Amino acid sequence: MYRLTRVISDVDTVRSGIKDRSIRIIDVRKPQEYAKNHIPTALNLPLENLLADDSPDRVADLAGSLGIQKETPVVVYDNAFGTLASRVAWALEYLGHPDVTLLEISYGDWLRMGLETDDVVPEIDPTEYRANINSGMLAVVQDLESQNPSTILVDNRERLNYLEQHIPGAINIPYRAFASPNRVLCGAEEMRRIFTGRNINSDSDVITYCGSAGTLSGLAYYALKSIDVKNTRLYANSFQEWKNLEKPTEKQPDANYWDLSEE
Amino acid sequence: MQQAAPKQTDTFVDWSTKEDVEGFAAMLKEYREGRYPENEFRRYRLHNGAYSVRMSEDYSMVRVKVPAGLVTPLQLRGFSLLSEQFSIGNIHISTRENIQMHWVVLDDVPEVLRRLSEMGLTTRETCGGTIHNVVCTPTSGVCPNESFDATPYAEATARFFLRNPMTQSLPRKFKITYSCCHKHGRSHTLDVGIIPHTAVVDGQSRRGFRIFVGGGLGTKSLTGHLLEEFTPEENLMYTLLAIVKLYDRLGERKNKFRSRLRYLVQLTGWNKFQNMILMERSVVRITQSAQVRLSMDRAAQDIQRPIRVSVENETARPGYARWESANTFVQKQTEYRTVYITLEAGDISASHLMDLADIIQEYSAEGVSRLGLGQNICIRYVHQDDLTSLYARLLDVGLARPGALTMASTIGCTSTTSCNLALTNAHRLAKEVQRKLLEMGLDQDESLRGSSIRISGCPNSCGQHAIATIGFHGGGGRVGRDSYPLYNMFIGGRDDDIGAIGTTVMRVPAKRVIPAILRLLDVFREARKDGDDLKSWIHRVCQGAESTSLEDIKKILAPLAEAPSKDQDPDFYTDYGNNTAYQLKTGRGCTA
Repeated sequence: MYRLTRVISDVDTVRSGIKDRSIRIIDVRKPQEYAKNHIPTALNLPLENLLADDSPDRVADLAGSLGIQKETPVVVYDNAFGTLASRVAWALEYLGHPDVTLLEISYGDWLRMGLETDDVVPEIDPTEYRANINSGMLAVVQDLESQNPSTILVDNRERLNYLEQHIPGAINIPYRAFASPNRVLCGAEEMRRIFTGRNINSDSDVITYCGSAGTLSGLAYYALKSIDVKNTRLYANSFQEWKNLEKPTEKQPDANYWDLSEE
Repeated sequence: MQQAAPKQTDTFVDWSTKEDVEGFAAMLKEYREGRYPENEFRRYRLHNGAYSVRMSEDYSMVRVKVPAGLVTPLQLRGFSLLSEQFSIGNIHISTRENIQMHWVVLDDVPEVLRRLSEMGLTTRETCGGTIHNVVCTPTSGVCPNESFDATPYAEATARFFLRNPMTQSLPRKFKITYSCCHKHGRSHTLDVGIIPHTAVVDGQSRRGFRIFVGGGLGTKSLTGHLLEEFTPEENLMYTLLAIVKLYDRLGERKNKFRSRLRYLVQLTGWNKFQNMILMERSVVRITQSAQVRLSMDRAAQDIQRPIRVSVENETARPGYARWESANTFVQKQTEYRTVYITLEAGDISASHLMDLADIIQEYSAEGVSRLGLGQNICIRYVHQDDLTSLYARLLDVGLARPGALTMASTIGCTSTTSCNLALTNAHRLAKEVQRKLLEMGLDQDESLRGSSIRISGCPNSCGQHAIATIGFHGGGGRVGRDSYPLYNMFIGGRDDDIGAIGTTVMRVPAKRVIPAILRLLDVFREARKDGDDLKSWIHRVCQGAESTSLEDIKKILAPLAEAPSKDQDPDFYTDYGNNTAYQLKTGRGCTA
């Protein structure tokens, strides 16, 4: 029913990759955080920078400026449960990059484990990156509107946000559900249980979305990919665009659920 | 200042079983495939602590029992992650030491149960006709007034009855609570309330209990009866068994509104029922094939103060005195305090749970925490020299709210935030009342100590309004075609050794509840004598032993009950936490 796709790089692989300079590590945190310290040899591509203009040409330029070549294995990390890293990884994969994975832990855990860090910005030779768009990974607003009845739309925001307002027909799996206590994505067995409980299996056609930038739903994209749900698309412009276009929304009626949260 | 973490306390009773977890997943699958009838599934789901949520069959409220309220830092961290993964990013602590997660997708419940089971916890028998969580006051073991620690007895009782075939289909729910002493806990308003008691028998000091039977709160609240002066400990389980067997045999099964133990006791008459229990107990003693014994470890707890790396004295941060006076309790181990964490109507967020887990490990010499009976959490065995430092930590993370042991810490049930039966949002009202009282500094008023405010969203008593000094339960009012939320107000309920059910005062519109409370306090202040406290004064008012009568109070508060027109005051016609016009709406109850 499921096969496994490698979406994660473990710590050991990354550390040996650092030693033999065989991988490109991308730190997507803010520039000032990166400047303080980062994983040795990592380059900085702040998520904001990518989101400022994530058209394929621009992303190809960014990839080139990071010295990425078609055969370069890329590993992305953040300090935000893997959500920001996922969005950057997704953009590179969309560009047609064949080998891009998430670091299995957050940078905070890297520090807590006492692993090596650096404040040196490595020198790199820019390359010319040729895009080869993977269009099957992206969902746009028309895809949602002309939704195939068997397509499962998944909202990855927190439960309260979903209860208050969501795209009609969407189900909710909060992005935190994909984590284990110290890994950005839990193991395959657990992951399968979460999705099969919601009637999602390797044959399903799934679109993920979240609040605005496709970060939380980017993580969901990799969660689905980790158990080889092939037809997974990210609605990268997410709920923000949907609302701006004044499309219909749904909410959970008859309950004052928001009062359960601490203000 | 730095402290070394004390030894990890991961030792706990495993209340879960693999069979329960797998059983639920299998049942849900059959139900989803249409092979299991809805009503049957509903009963099964409820028996396993998955309630339905307000107006929706797609979601569940998952109730986890925490027997005797003992919860480890590891479990609190587990709840933190679980709440973010499958619920709304916070948990709710009930008044009976349950932890509740709301708005869990029904199809996620098997996964939630699996993860709870990995934490040693169960949701089994938290709803329906069975013995619900066995509660134990958090001060058991540290209370200066207690005869001995009731905790091991509470745990043994929970272990004995959980999954016991005899308790799987009782006429309705059945609640057992252990209290440290007659002042703490509410032994008089439960099916069975148990207080440790030492007596001299044949010249020897013997352990035993005082057992109260047949109390309860609800649409009709009653106080319980003392079974006998002294129940020796070897008779404890036989006595409980006798009561449960009688209830199982004779309790009303047709009319669920008359099926709790208290109605059976009332119908039978106490003297007769008392004799029936004693007779049944002798039968149980003779016929019980396996000997029913307490299985418990009475070894002294090994309490070690967390080692401090540095012992520099932390100066008290602002607000310390106020917090210390109402949020800490001097233990019988006099160098230690029990510290109460005040929450708002029992809600605590995922990140606060993580903070709390760290703080417990750093500061509590026993390394675990206890759920309180006031929708709060207690950290026990905090060394008195560590209090200022602990306060600073709590202040930094936002958990140093004062007023825990005062009237300010208002109880409010879940109500319209999630419950099907609720008429009003008592949850939010309780938060509003607490904020107002703390803002006014009323937590520092000595004459209000020992009093309580409790609010339920409907006549069922999850908010325990009937035993409050000032209690409220929700309802709906009407002006022409416009509905507005209101509360029935009660005064003079008591949860202490006197144990009284509140007297009805009047119906107060929701948006007038806070003014009504404040007005009542004014009346008390004008009428009180030196050294008088609110609780005693209200008690005398209800007994007709005061110059102020109940009728006087009704008259004074009457203007607050007047409804303005919708044009004059549209806010009057909305409930707390909602800006649309109030509508009376309920769904089906959870009783299986």
